[in-house]
Amino acid sequence: MDRRDFLKWTGVVGASAISSEARAGGKIDPDGPEFYGVLVDTTRCIGCRSCEVACGTENSMRIPDVKNDGALEKFRETDEKQWTVVNKFDTSKGDVYVKRQCMHCWQPACASACLTNAMKKTEIGPVTWNGDKCMGCRFCMLSCPFEMPKYEYDSWNPKVQKCSMCYQRTSVGGTPACVESCPTDAIIFGHKRELMEIARVRIYNHPDDYVHKVYGEYEAGGTGWLYLSAVPFEELGFRTDLGTTPYPEFTKDFLYSVPLVLLGVPALLSGLNLMANGAEDEDESEVYGE
Amino acid sequence: MNSSATTTTKSSQQGLFAFLLSQLKPRGKLLTPFNIISVPVMIAGVIILYIRFTQGLGATTNLSQTNPWGIWIGFDVVTGVAFAGGAYIVTFAVYVMKMEKFHPIVRATVLNGFLAYMFYAGALVFDLGRPWHVINPIIGNSFGYNSVLFLVAWHFMLYMLAELIEFSPVVMEWLGLKRARRIANGLTLAAVIFGVSLSSLHQSGLGALFLMAKPKIHPLWYSEFLPVFFVVSSIFSGISMVIIESSISHRVFKMQLGPGSHEKLDDIIIGLARGAAMAMFVYYFFKALIFIHDGQWALMHDGWGMWYLLEVLGFVLVPMVMYAYGARHRSVGIIKFAAGMTLIGILLNRLNVSIIAFNWNSADTYVPHWMEIVVTLTVVFAEIWLFRWIVCRMPVMREPGKIGSPNREREMRSLN
Repeated sequence: MDRRDFLKWTGVVGASAISSEARAGGKIDPDGPEFYGVLVDTTRCIGCRSCEVACGTENSMRIPDVKNDGALEKFRETDEKQWTVVNKFDTSKGDVYVKRQCMHCWQPACASACLTNAMKKTEIGPVTWNGDKCMGCRFCMLSCPFEMPKYEYDSWNPKVQKCSMCYQRTSVGGTPACVESCPTDAIIFGHKRELMEIARVRIYNHPDDYVHKVYGEYEAGGTGWLYLSAVPFEELGFRTDLGTTPYPEFTKDFLYSVPLVLLGVPALLSGLNLMANGAEDEDESEVYGE
Repeated sequence: MNSSATTTTKSSQQGLFAFLLSQLKPRGKLLTPFNIISVPVMIAGVIILYIRFTQGLGATTNLSQTNPWGIWIGFDVVTGVAFAGGAYIVTFAVYVMKMEKFHPIVRATVLNGFLAYMFYAGALVFDLGRPWHVINPIIGNSFGYNSVLFLVAWHFMLYMLAELIEFSPVVMEWLGLKRARRIANGLTLAAVIFGVSLSSLHQSGLGALFLMAKPKIHPLWYSEFLPVFFVVSSIFSGISMVIIESSISHRVFKMQLGPGSHEKLDDIIIGLARGAAMAMFVYYFFKALIFIHDGQWALMHDGWGMWYLLEVLGFVLVPMVMYAYGARHRSVGIIKFAAGMTLIGILLNRLNVSIIAFNWNSADTYVPHWMEIVVTLTVVFAEIWLFRWIVCRMPVMREPGKIGSPNREREMRSLN
């Protein structure tokens, strides 16, 4: 049994003493590959929804009829049949189109919530779902601050559906289908470090065209998808009250206390029992002896 | 019951298998009000579960993409387990602290706790989309040990094992196995200590499940101290359930009890009331501390504030005072009323955290589908059925080997 296995097994009962080390994607390994991300510049998006079509085609999901369905007229969420949607927002600076999909958090709440490691932060950045492990508890949905995992409620064998940042492509050096399909380069694929540089340069060069903030730089501990905007992000349906703490941190204190309780409480109880025993010398474990 | 004498002599001569077979036969009247209500509900529940497993959760529940957990979690698991907290409190008092006063209720309480976990935590399987993968976090190919749910799942399982061990002497007496009973008895204390430790962790763990739902739960119910609130409230929740449950059991299974048991039970209930009042005081103190520290006055201006006050004042503070008053003036009636109110308070609290104040700021409101309610009732009724089946056969309420016991000779064999 090597060290890794040993850690796994002690993890069963002591559960979380090791959790920070094992937390899926919890720590960024300085020697590992850099996480990928995507930069969305909402000032460049023309609302053509090519990304929706490309996503549906690539991932065998619903392919929207972009020309005729009039879907931009009302606000849409992603759902279990469509991983990404573009919404139109009527803002102080005119119509703005915003693509939404899984944010691929740096430290994803969903992966930390998953008790079977079905939801996983892969080592190159995308957060993926594995149907062979998932037991369908939907704790990922409860935990995700962006409410991105969607569920096939109408299936006897339901899947959790959300954007995988085209892991089948990005894991072999490709780019996500949506990025490839974008005619205006509103979405760019790359390492977050590079994307942040691009974002900052754009803000620096055009200080009047952008709000001076990159959504996703710190939100919920930082996300893989980053957004630039000309108007405050509240106007574009973004939650700006999520804080900058990585969501797995919220459960860390509790999980740390588990091994302490598992060792400490039995010792305390045994001590109390010995004290209580002092009064009587008979073994009282016989319930109804006589 | 009337033919118990002949059954007794027969059963002592039977082999174990034939004995078990004979025990499956129903005892007592079939057309009781409880049976008449519960049987149709349970049949409907089974049909609904068939639909649920063939057509998916959407066919029988009102769950949605924003409300992934409904009453099958919020009531069955989160509330049910809090109600079942009595077993770890009473076993702690009896086996660890040697409070002999509570001994007469320990068996029924452990049985209730075990069955509650078996059924309410077991009902989790209905809610799982892919229940055949439920073994994944157990067999070791996918340990998500960074997950609170992983911890809760393991602790449920281990705690059920501990409770089974705690209850096993009763089963051995029923089966007439002397050696096995002795071994089971010897394991009791260890199982209790293990069980209390596990309980404190999974009771708090149920609160910790909601820690990452911070942006979704109303700030009056969300707190980083949710695990502490859950474990402390599980103490008085469990005690209140024991008070209610033992009062009902003493009425229903009156014929199994010896003379003087009624007075003894009153004494026990008054003792329990003291414990509950104390635990509630601690809980209330924590709540007040958080209220002041987080400046929650500012949140009192709307309906949510009133709803919160109703829970915390109406169903924690009021029953706490009633418990204290009832214990001081030895008024069992007031105590039982307080116990009922406390349970309503726990129900409110658990549903508030998991359902009502969950997604309070979202347009999508979850109201349980009637089929969800029928399945929940099915689970509750099934548990009561099994409880009754066991109490009618095993020495749970009565002492083993008591004259008039249906299986007296077997029980005598298991004793010294």
